[in-house]
Amino acid sequence: MSDRDPQITLYRLQACPFCERVVRTLDELDLSYRSRFVEPMHADRNVVKRVSGKRSVPAIVDEHTGVTMSESANIVEYLTKTYGEGA
Amino acid sequence: MELDFEVVELDEADHPDVGDVAPDFTRPLVNEEYWEDASLSDLTEEGPTLLVFHPMDGAFPTTYIWNEIDERGFVDDVQTVGVSVSTPYEHKDLLEKRAEDVRLFSDPAADVAATYGIENDLDGMTGVTEHRPAAFLLDESRTVQYAWAAAEWPAFPEYDEIEAAIDDLV
Repeated sequence: MSDRDPQITLYRLQACPFCERVVRTLDELDLSYRSRFVEPMHADRNVVKRVSGKRSVPAIVDEHTGVTMSESANIVEYLTKTYGEGA
Repeated sequence: MELDFEVVELDEADHPDVGDVAPDFTRPLVNEEYWEDASLSDLTEEGPTLLVFHPMDGAFPTTYIWNEIDERGFVDDVQTVGVSVSTPYEHKDLLEKRAEDVRLFSDPAADVAATYGIENDLDGMTGVTEHRPAAFLLDESRTVQYAWAAAEWPAFPEYDEIEAAIDDLV
C-alpha cells in the first residue's frame, strides 16, 4: 500500500513547468507521492486554497512532517533539505 | 403502434455477473475539485459501490442516466462512481451540472470496457470505442450483487432493479 498511500500529495496542473520541476525533484529523491490535478482556471482551485491558503500550484502537503507549501523554488529547497543527502 | 425507428442490437455482452468478483482497475478518478489515480478496490474497501458505465459525456443517454440517478438519490445509500471515455476536464463539467456527490473515472482508451466485456464500437465515429451502458452493484469484497449491461443501443439501466438491489445490500 505504500505506493498507493504516499505521505506526500502534490497539487499540480497538467503541463505546468513549475509543477514538473517539483516532480523531477520528487523522482530524484525517490519519494513516492500522490498527484492531484486541478483546473487551469484559478477560480476553480478552491481545494488548493483550502489546503495551502493560496490558489497557486504546485503545492505540496507532506503528512510525514506536517508541512504544506507553495512555490516550486521553496518546495524544491524544502524537499532537498528534508530528504536529500545529508538531511 | 409501430414506431419507425431502429434500435441497434449489440453483440452479447460477456460481463461479470452476480457472484463474480469485478475486475479491479486504476484510472484517474474525478471529483468536483480535482482528479487523482484511484483503484476500484480502494473504493469498494470503503463500502458498497454502484459502478455505472456510460457513453461519453455530452451524449443524451449520459445526461438521462445521471439525472435519473440523482432523482432517485442512490448516492445517499451507496457510493456511486461512473466510467466513460471522457477526459477529466469533461467529467468536471458534467459534475458541475449533475451527478451530485458522484465521482467519475476517466478511461479514454476504453480498456476497462474491454476488461468488463462491454465495448461499444461507435458507428460513424471511426476509431472510437466507448462503454455501453452498464451497472454493477458491488459489495466490500468487490463481489457483484447485481449486474446489467445494455443489449441494444440506446438502452437505459433498469433503475427499479438497481434500487431493489441496493435495498437488499445496505
